[in-house]
Amino acid sequence: MFESKQVIVLGERDGIAGPAIAACVKSAGGNVVFASTECFV
Amino acid sequence: MDLSSQETIKRLADEHGNEQLLVILGAPDAESAEIAAETVVLGDPTYAGALAEAQLGLSVYHALEEEFRSQIDDDVWEEQIGVMADVLEAEDISAAVKGMREQKP
Repeated sequence: MFESKQVIVLGERDGIAGPAIAACVKSAGGNVVFASTECFV
Repeated sequence: MDLSSQETIKRLADEHGNEQLLVILGAPDAESAEIAAETVVLGDPTYAGALAEAQLGLSVYHALEEEFRSQIDDDVWEEQIGVMADVLEAEDISAAVKGMREQKP
């Protein structure tokens, strides 16, 4: 899934935060080029 | 989706090419997941950001979808996402994102 891909992580504060998703991607060998945690109020 | 995030995604698509990008979402419900997925597949539905009318057709998955989960070591998954997987409606969210993925132009 991550092979030769540049990964964009769009986390959300009320869902799954960006750093948590990014940690998963990196642990599986993925290359994270952008990670954010958005907040909708 | 944040306007600054849209600008960054547009720039990354220009730099790397649409086919090289993979988007992983962490939205808390099916509605917001669908809007985020729509934004990176068909363009910003609110016409407010840089991705308005930009049909990037990016590959997009939610972190709770099995396609993503199956790639991650169980211990890492449990530590990083486990609790939220019990709280969020994974089935509804997955269906919403998959539905938008299938509309890729």
